[in-house]
Amino acid sequence: MPSIIQLTNITKIYQVGEEKVHALDGVSIQIQKNEYVAIMGPSGSGKSTLMNIIGCLDTPTSGLYELNNINVSDMNDNQLAKIRNKEIGFVFQTFNLLARSDVLHNVELPLIYGGVGSMERKKLARAAIERVGLTDRIHHKPNELSGGQRQRVSVARALVTHPSILLADEPTGNLDTKTGDEIMMLFDTLHKEGNTIILVTHEEDIALHAHRRIRLRDGKMEVDEPIKNRKVFTQPTIVMA
Amino acid sequence: MKFVFDEFKEGMAIAFAAIRANKMRSVLTTLGIVIGIVSVTLMGTAIEGLNRAFNKSIASLGSDVLYVQKWSWANHNDDWWIIKNRRNVRIKQAKDIEKYSEYAQAVNPVTGTRRNVIYGQKLVENVTIIGTGAYWLETSGSTVAFGRFFTPMEADGGRPVCAIGSEVAANLFPNENPIGKNIKIGGYAYQVLSVFDKQGSFLGLESLDNRVYVPINRFFQEFMSHRSDLQIMVKAKSVEELDNTKEEVRGILRRSRGLKPKDQDDFAINQQETLIQTFNTIGGVIAAVGLFITGMSLFVGGIGIMNIMFVSVTERTREIGIRKAIGAPRRTILLQFLMESAALCLIGGIIGIIIAFPISLIIDTFLPTAMPLSVVFIALLVSIIVGVVSGFLPAYRASRLDPVDALRYE
Repeated sequence: MPSIIQLTNITKIYQVGEEKVHALDGVSIQIQKNEYVAIMGPSGSGKSTLMNIIGCLDTPTSGLYELNNINVSDMNDNQLAKIRNKEIGFVFQTFNLLARSDVLHNVELPLIYGGVGSMERKKLARAAIERVGLTDRIHHKPNELSGGQRQRVSVARALVTHPSILLADEPTGNLDTKTGDEIMMLFDTLHKEGNTIILVTHEEDIALHAHRRIRLRDGKMEVDEPIKNRKVFTQPTIVMA
Repeated sequence: MKFVFDEFKEGMAIAFAAIRANKMRSVLTTLGIVIGIVSVTLMGTAIEGLNRAFNKSIASLGSDVLYVQKWSWANHNDDWWIIKNRRNVRIKQAKDIEKYSEYAQAVNPVTGTRRNVIYGQKLVENVTIIGTGAYWLETSGSTVAFGRFFTPMEADGGRPVCAIGSEVAANLFPNENPIGKNIKIGGYAYQVLSVFDKQGSFLGLESLDNRVYVPINRFFQEFMSHRSDLQIMVKAKSVEELDNTKEEVRGILRRSRGLKPKDQDDFAINQQETLIQTFNTIGGVIAAVGLFITGMSLFVGGIGIMNIMFVSVTERTREIGIRKAIGAPRRTILLQFLMESAALCLIGGIIGIIIAFPISLIIDTFLPTAMPLSVVFIALLVSIIVGVVSGFLPAYRASRLDPVDALRYE
């Protein structure tokens, strides 16, 4: 089975004043299609840096990153933007929606940058919004939505381009437990439908939704293991609350 | 192509949403551009008015007429004293041109002074009295409304007859037919033969209708010595023959004034073209200085736009981060902010024109002008350019933001 993500000996060094900080120190990871991976670690462990590199928001100081067998480690800003647009769907802790745009436009945005025509764009966006169960909120602005609804809009935005990986950074961090669970159930369903999901979190029971756990400490890989006691929901399909 | 259009549409939507979201700030920022555009368009309108006034006046000189005089209409640098001491142009030279020239169609000597004109109880002060030959109508292109101009016989014989301008006619003969009436010019009696059509003014200074025309030989007897300086108008057969006529007239004049081959001309042959060239030089300088000074206010407005765009970029750092994260390339971010500043300036430009238009109508009352469409277009174009130029640095900075830092920005 081909790897979607192939990280080989990745290092990232930040210059902080006089000192060099090794945020990542020789990390190698392979992630296959349709895997469900949780990246864990305390703050300062380098998990945000790793997420930024996997999400093509940043490039490693050294090492090789191949995404779908394409070397993205030395790409320039604009090439990375294109990769992010086509291959990666981001879900952020703080949702990161455009406050002045309605749900439809927020979801449409990646398609605009991807150069998809207007008709096609509207169709795809509506489908993605329907997928997360927000069809009746399509013309609402983010500030007219609850936290869970906002996060579902951002999931719809991540899904709309049919990316290779869904990259979620603490997706439940700003939500209460019940709404958080609903969002996690949505991720579980998306995984069942064949999506590759990478979850960055420091919460153990959120990580339990995944199939594989990667734990970082001080920029190095500490643990990479399959999760045995997975959290399984009795009715994982009832997510459209 | 379609992609570019969508991106443009998106940029436009963002720009106007941003402007709407900060109404007060946008209005204040735009004010600088409004003031700049108002002053530049009004300056442009005034310059245009000056040009039109000049062109209208200059047309009365006729493009196929030469004016022989002591003074040149062009710039005469430091030889003022030499020109001042030239011998006067005399009636003899007019006669010689008339006699020897083959190219000239009409030759007319002219001189002038100012006198009071009286008819009965009515007095018009300080009327321009023109002493002229019989070919005034041919050489000046003016027309007679009614009556007839004096004949060559009357001009040479110095009969006490005259033709009057429309303003003089209106002042002296409000309810009468002036033809055949006797008026007194500087105390001498003249019979009115004709009234001229209304002509307006020359360069907005001197009315061409407040004039009385008398035969030049009569003029020499009563108002001025026949040795005094004259102007000779020579009408060429056609505009194409003007240069030939000029050369021929020059030869005739040199002979008539007894110049030796190596002597310089001690007279000038002027034509409409000379005045146009002189005016263009002066007018160009006025326009350049005027537009430069008013352009300064536009420049200051542009700095205001640049300042506010920097604020806008900083405020929306996070939004830029989001857009970059989901795949907006640098170009798109650059375009977005350029369009915002261009839109701000364009709005300023439109408001500026709306304000400047009624003011230009006020200018129109003393300069024959209207805000030309070209000035409107140039003003709008300039305001867009100001927007793009002053928005470039902030937009460039936005486009170069690191998405990771931008997303983390609080």
